[in-house]
Amino acid sequence: MASTINSRKAKHIIYYVVIVLICALFLVPIYMALITSLKARADINLLTSWKFPTNPTGIGFKHAILKLAPYLKNSFVLTITATVISALFGAINGYIFSKNKFKGSEMIFTLMLFGMFIPYQIILIPLFDTLRRLNMVGLSGLILAHVVYGIPIVTLLFRNFYDQIPNSILESGRIDGASYFTIFVRLILPLSIPSFVVVGIWQFTQIWNEFLWAICLTSQESNPITVGLSQLAGGQAVAWNDSMAGAIISAIPVLCIYIFLGKYFIQGLLAGSVKE
Amino acid sequence: MGKKNSKETLYSVLILLPSIILIAVFVYGFIGTTIYSSMTDWKGMSVDPIKNFIGLDNYKSLFTSFINKGFRQDLVNTVTYTIFLLAGTLIFGLLLAILLDRSVKKEGIYRTIFLYPMALSFIVSGTVWRWLLAPSGGLNAIPTWFGNSQGTFQWISSKKQIWQFNWQNIFKVLALVIAVVFIIFLINSIINENKKATKRNSIVVAILLIFAFIIQPLLPPAIATEELHGFNLATIGILLAGIWQYSGYAMALYLAGLRGLSASIKESAKLDGASEFTYYTKIAIPNLKPITMSAVVIMAHISLKLFDLIYAMAGTDNAFTGHPSIRMYTTTFRANKLALGSAMAVILFICAAMFIIPYMIHSHKERLQ
Repeated sequence: MASTINSRKAKHIIYYVVIVLICALFLVPIYMALITSLKARADINLLTSWKFPTNPTGIGFKHAILKLAPYLKNSFVLTITATVISALFGAINGYIFSKNKFKGSEMIFTLMLFGMFIPYQIILIPLFDTLRRLNMVGLSGLILAHVVYGIPIVTLLFRNFYDQIPNSILESGRIDGASYFTIFVRLILPLSIPSFVVVGIWQFTQIWNEFLWAICLTSQESNPITVGLSQLAGGQAVAWNDSMAGAIISAIPVLCIYIFLGKYFIQGLLAGSVKE
Repeated sequence: MGKKNSKETLYSVLILLPSIILIAVFVYGFIGTTIYSSMTDWKGMSVDPIKNFIGLDNYKSLFTSFINKGFRQDLVNTVTYTIFLLAGTLIFGLLLAILLDRSVKKEGIYRTIFLYPMALSFIVSGTVWRWLLAPSGGLNAIPTWFGNSQGTFQWISSKKQIWQFNWQNIFKVLALVIAVVFIIFLINSIINENKKATKRNSIVVAILLIFAFIIQPLLPPAIATEELHGFNLATIGILLAGIWQYSGYAMALYLAGLRGLSASIKESAKLDGASEFTYYTKIAIPNLKPITMSAVVIMAHISLKLFDLIYAMAGTDNAFTGHPSIRMYTTTFRANKLALGSAMAVILFICAAMFIIPYMIHSHKERLQ
């Protein structure tokens, strides 16, 4: 009896050791980024690369902030605008696909969803060409791209959410004589706040992190943060302390969202795959 | 009542109309434009571009001409990126999910740690991993902890290539790769005693093998000169970063699936005296099949989007970590060969469509039920 308890205990301990080790593995990149960002450039070398800085300095962060500030501003403008517009599209589309189905609406929905699975290279050249002709190369073009190609995922997220609202609530509204739009505004929208949070967080993270359009559809003065970081950290002679500080700065907004609103982030993450 | 419904349908269509038009133009219209451009000799953006229709010449050039040898290696890289990213994230993710499935204390913290890389952009993680994998970076220092000399493996810039094959035999290689997939299906169908599937799979395997070993040697080689391609060791660095970033995602998918299995299934398995190992291998994992399917589609899709990660870790000019998306970018936006870039985009699109269209048809049918 005692031996089984002991072996169970041993199993338990091994189990936690394994989990903690894996956690450490996952955290290594953060650790390395942090300690390297606090070192002076001359102190970075192979032998001490894992060690804490002996003379921590903020010089890397100072360089990175000076360099990245304009890109950060662009990213905030881009991300917030595009997120708000696409969430509105999603809410109204989702309402129709979930609560006002008509003949052919499922087909339209499926054809719409296709847009979120394509590799964006296939539309990149005509997109660039069109924006160039419309004189929209820059932030406005990038916002347009994120709104348009965001339609499928936001519609899907809202639709899945509205599918969970029982139809009886709408029926009671209809009996009271509420019209099509009144039902949406008075009944559906107030219930949609959690899904606005999920969609908002999802779109914010996606747009903040996007790179392909950012580098192809904007010019120097309208580049968002991902392009700024790739320029700061690219090339051959890299100042690793600056680039690690830059990586941390670019990750802070999305990491904050993840840490404080992780529940909603994961809902968005799973919505496209483990639904229905 | 009927009148009211038709009025509401009209409203619905009107509200959807902006989205429908945008998607029709920006998705379907642009796909059409790119396909058309890929069959022209379009070079250089101008107000009045010159586009002469040249049929499939760009594709022929990509698959056979000497100057586009690099693109063919990129395609091989795409296959290896996809296979290893899929295998790495799914296996590791499943293990993590099983670890967390047994109601651990403070599970939330572990889950948060496993999943945080998903919140980061490929540019951020690529920047950090580039440092970890630099010749003077972190990973190569680890052997010194144990008194050995520092590691010398060039994670991202190695020029070594293994598992080489000759592009002249590409059809044979393709047939054999597909045969391996069907042999796995065949074994699966034999285990499940599904006679119909067994018959079908063995016929497919037989045809592929006959093609590979009997018919293919009779055909002329695919290209004129011998050309070796294979698995570039430099891609291991990119794969490590990719697996680190996405296995948490696979874990989240699987964990949701494991939690979705009803408690009664688990209880009855326990009552039957099934060990934990049998529970997972015999009951849980087979039940997770739909999730594995979604995960395969998602990961395959991500492997086609490795553009950002490769750009951040290796830049656009590293031939050994190349990917069609990177070459499409340099061909289009640096060399201004828009038609050739379009052809590359179409090839990428076809690769993605092979996964996506069956998946979409499947989920469309499910929604209709």
